Amino acid sequence: MVVKIPAKAVLSASTALGLVAALTACGGSGEESGDQTLTYWASNQGASVEEDKKVLKPALDRFTEETGVEVELEVIPWSELYNRILTAVSSGDAPDVLNIGNTWAASLQETGAFVPYEGADLEAVGGKGRFVETSFATGGAEGEAPTSVPLYGLSYALFYNPTMFEDAGIEEPPATWEEFVDTAKKLTKDTDGDGKPDQYGLAMEAGSERQNSHFAHILGQQYGGQLWKNGPNFSSAEQVDAVKMWVDMMAEEEIVDPSNAEFSDGTQSIGDFVDGKAAMIMMQGSARTTMAARDFDNYEVAQVPMLDPLPGKPIQSHAAGINISVFNDTENKEGALQLVEHLTSPEEQVYLSQEFQTLPVATKAYDNEELQSESMQTFRTILTEHASPMPLIPEEGQMETVLGESIAGLFADAATGSKVTEADVRDAMKEAETQMDAAN
Amino acid sequence: MSTTEEPRSGAAEEDPPTEAGPASGSRRRRPRRPGVLLPYGMVLPAAVLELLIHIIPMILGIYIAFTSLTQLTIRNWTSAPFVGLENFVRGLDPSGALGSALFQSLFRTALYTALVVGLSWVLGMAAAVSLNTKFRGRGVLRTLFLVPYALPVYVAAIIWAFMFNHRDGMINRLLVQDLGLLDDRPFWLIGENAFWVLVVVSVWRLWPFAFLMLLAALQSIPEDMYEAAAIDGASTWKRFTGITMPMVRPANAVVLLVMGLWTFNEFNIPFLLFGDTSPDSARLISPLIYEHSFVNWNFGLGAAMSVLLLVALIIASAVYVRMVLPKGSSND
Repeated sequence: MVVKIPAKAVLSASTALGLVAALTACGGSGEESGDQTLTYWASNQGASVEEDKKVLKPALDRFTEETGVEVELEVIPWSELYNRILTAVSSGDAPDVLNIGNTWAASLQETGAFVPYEGADLEAVGGKGRFVETSFATGGAEGEAPTSVPLYGLSYALFYNPTMFEDAGIEEPPATWEEFVDTAKKLTKDTDGDGKPDQYGLAMEAGSERQNSHFAHILGQQYGGQLWKNGPNFSSAEQVDAVKMWVDMMAEEEIVDPSNAEFSDGTQSIGDFVDGKAAMIMMQGSARTTMAARDFDNYEVAQVPMLDPLPGKPIQSHAAGINISVFNDTENKEGALQLVEHLTSPEEQVYLSQEFQTLPVATKAYDNEELQSESMQTFRTILTEHASPMPLIPEEGQMETVLGESIAGLFADAATGSKVTEADVRDAMKEAETQMDAAN
Repeated sequence: MSTTEEPRSGAAEEDPPTEAGPASGSRRRRPRRPGVLLPYGMVLPAAVLELLIHIIPMILGIYIAFTSLTQLTIRNWTSAPFVGLENFVRGLDPSGALGSALFQSLFRTALYTALVVGLSWVLGMAAAVSLNTKFRGRGVLRTLFLVPYALPVYVAAIIWAFMFNHRDGMINRLLVQDLGLLDDRPFWLIGENAFWVLVVVSVWRLWPFAFLMLLAALQSIPEDMYEAAAIDGASTWKRFTGITMPMVRPANAVVLLVMGLWTFNEFNIPFLLFGDTSPDSARLISPLIYEHSFVNWNFGLGAAMSVLLLVALIIASAVYVRMVLPKGSSND
């Protein structure tokens, strides 16, 4: 028996199929949220996405209790966040409230997709006076109404292993780079007698574009340089000195394991520090969640060393952190601003900063008794007195990639045995400038 | 979907209409309708999907190549400034930073493709010929050979990245500590060696495909041809060059074309081994385009480079198809 299918049936079935496909492809996700439900995209701050959900849930429940507005939460890993934001910007199918890396603030501001915090809208989230000044400055390009306000404050600090310091007879953490190199050399040693060092003074994410560009900025500021002056300014004498000094930690001083040239995911150097393969790391405060996840607490925190004499500014970190924005397309702007106000309130800031090992962005939160530890004071001093934002320019993200990649290339050269001279650094920086110019 | 069963008849046109209705008209039209509309109906879903998944995005991609679409203009991307050929000029200028990077990358990708396809073919052919004769354990070996192809590429490439890790990777442990072939652990994932790592992992991944296709082609060669050649005193090598190669030529041509196109466009393996940005020595064309589009957020430039790549591959494929594929069989 043979089945005969009438042409009409085939036509109607296939048209239906085509239509379904077309609708699926073109239609939005069909959010079911009503006016009283906000969607919130949070960045991944803790050890995992699930962990973050657990931390955020009580904070959001308190918000729902106060306002009656439900919040639909999605925690997005960093690797996807920027992509997701740009997709949301282009499609209009966006959440009401979302977290952004604060170095993206100026780029995202230019898209025009976010509510500017000015006038009544700024007051609705607590006003400028609520926030730590250096963090608030990261909200957008200078001279324009910011489109993001700080949510979590972060800064770099020097983490060191006190046991290793004690074993090597070192009493104080180094305060200048000269002392730092001396200290690190004492801590770089061969512990198993095979003739090769297996413990190093410093571990770093030498393959990470982010960390490399952050330190090009931090050290550049100390040398009196500036990464951006109406355009890329990487090859200025000060910036070349800064990058050369950073790369020399591995190339010249040999206080960094060459293997670190492969480290790029932001956690491998923390792994070395935890495993006792390195005595010091320079990381942002959130590194503590990774250490806690590995039950490691044998560390102290100190300020990032500075040049002595100091030709430039006393900068030890960029004003790092996570900001929070409201999408223009929101149907519940009032509720969205209320959520921002709630999350940045001193009470919630105390809770969140303890859970995520970040710094409160509301100045009043620092009065809380639970935040009076010595390490918190160190981080606070760095963020409030020794931090400056990365250049607040739309090209910032691209700059971090191009510059950081070029520094990672210098580390790769150093690791594979090539000598890295000042001329090499200058050439690499010039090449990075050309790439920036060509791509814009 | 509903189907109706009707008795099939080779002489349907001569059957009287079984239903009441405008008899004379329907009698002539009914058998013609399936003939006219059925093929369109069958093709329609595929055509709609093809349009939505391939053609429309491709046309949009070509349009974007002529605009300055960046993260700043993406909110209203249809109104991104039209810049004419600027993206192409910048992308193609060999004296500029972008153009020279593109040409270096194209040359590197061509070399990579030649090496990967060549080595995969040699391995695949050798394995197919060896396993084309019956022996004990042949089935096990056939299955084993297909493992790299069956494993998800993500899992495989991440494991390779672990293996090639400088400090704790298995390769360095084997070469330095266990076998003592080298004094110092080399770097594999950064510097010059990264290119060779890419080739090794890609060949490992691709050769089972060549093996599978060529084995299928070999099995269609009649056994008696080999027997006749053997009786005539032809050596194994002579039988390979005189019978096997000519007989698998059509399959070979297709296998090489498909593998060449896949390899030239390879993205997953370098991305998984090296992350967002590949080391200079191993930067292939697809990751370079990705870098422009999704790391630097310059979609216009990325699209222009994609269009150039598309045109280059179409020309290369067309020339190849004319030169190599069997003539006079345009429907194949």
